[in-house]
Amino acid sequence: MNRLSLTQAFIFLLRRDLTLVLRNRGEFANPLLFFILVITLFPLAIGAIPELLARIAPGIIWVAALLAAMLSLDSIFRSDFEDGSLEQLLLSAHPMAVLVLAKVCAHWLVTGLPLLIMAPILAEMLGMAEEAQGILFITILLGTPVLSLIGSIGVALTIGLRKGGIILSLLVLPLYVPVLIFAASAIDGASAGFEVTKQINMLLAFLFLALSLSPWATASALRMSMS
Amino acid sequence: MFLWFHKLGSPPHFYRIAGRWIPWLLAIFAVLLLSGLYGGLFVAPPDYQQGESYRIIFIHVPSAWMSLFIYVVMAFCGVVVLVWRMKLAEVVLISSAPIGASFTFLALATGSLWGKPMWGTWWVWDARLTSELILLFLYLGVIGLHNAIDDKRIASRAVAILAIVGVVNIPIIHYSVEWWHSLHQGPTVTKFDKPSIHLSMLIPLLLMALAFKVYYVLTLFQSSRAELLKRERNSKWVEELSRGQ
Repeated sequence: MNRLSLTQAFIFLLRRDLTLVLRNRGEFANPLLFFILVITLFPLAIGAIPELLARIAPGIIWVAALLAAMLSLDSIFRSDFEDGSLEQLLLSAHPMAVLVLAKVCAHWLVTGLPLLIMAPILAEMLGMAEEAQGILFITILLGTPVLSLIGSIGVALTIGLRKGGIILSLLVLPLYVPVLIFAASAIDGASAGFEVTKQINMLLAFLFLALSLSPWATASALRMSMS
Repeated sequence: MFLWFHKLGSPPHFYRIAGRWIPWLLAIFAVLLLSGLYGGLFVAPPDYQQGESYRIIFIHVPSAWMSLFIYVVMAFCGVVVLVWRMKLAEVVLISSAPIGASFTFLALATGSLWGKPMWGTWWVWDARLTSELILLFLYLGVIGLHNAIDDKRIASRAVAILAIVGVVNIPIIHYSVEWWHSLHQGPTVTKFDKPSIHLSMLIPLLLMALAFKVYYVLTLFQSSRAELLKRERNSKWVEELSRGQ
């Protein structure tokens, strides 16, 4: 029997998760629909005043992205937890943190990437300044992986609970605050015509920090939840 | 040293030691609190800008310090829980959370009481108030997670991981919020120049800070003892204890 190398295991797990999602497309569409719906509610609630909407567009888009990311978190580990394949992953010879990273990557490709494609259209509908839209794209590209990575810790901690959902939002949303602050302010700054390299650099730093630390926390939380 | 550490870690030993310390801690706390309050409320002169209302800092500042300190203690216990699986650290970790949350709430409440005469409103999205509010949510998350998991040994490990993740994030959140605030500074915030604090105000402040620390240890001992009894209710030493009384 030949053993899989670590890279092969990573790619294999990624492809498996993506295939599973392709066979079950509802999971893929729901967070995106939620994202669009929440943004649609804002003009209805506060009135369709173009200046006001353009002013608050960065905040609305990012809060909606945060909520959509949070709602979709449960699907990272849920089905694997229920059918027992998560236990098999924990038993595998490969380091769990790397396998967790593969699952989080798959999750981001399914839930984060659609937001990336949809956000510019919504920004246009809200009347966001042209020059800010490129920055919006960059913040979502850098920010949503951080949301998935941090969120995976929360899901791993609550996976065994019957009412994990409410607890999950309490655990995860405070940790999302820095991403929200820097992403929204980058877009704000860009629409006012300022230089926003600083905010983008911070988001990049958050991404690398989350990328290097959170899989370990998630892996140990999963081990705890399965014990 | 290791023997002492090991002994302290055993629940019945801790239960006895803590019980013996509680009256002494209570006495020290009372002395510190009374002298701190006397120094703060009667001896210290009124502030030349804020008048008498600045005196709330003798409660506000120590509780804000404690709110951060207790979270760090919890994270430290979290490391001990994950590495050595020490039962006592689990108990200290989870008993600290409500105390820390109360101090955080106290800091928020006194901050808002101070804000009313100073800023004219109960709440200002000030950098420190906002990050204190987020800290309160972090505490509530710890308590909520602990309550949600039925098996308390597993719950302790979950909470330990969460506390460590939280302590990594607290500085990031704090500085993000501070930076955010420097961008959107509201018009209601009056900026006071920062004079170096006078000795007659500093001494009561430090006394109060010490009193709060002692109070933390005191309540921690009490709630840890209760938690230990609850968790070890089927063990032999608890049985002997209840028969003895």
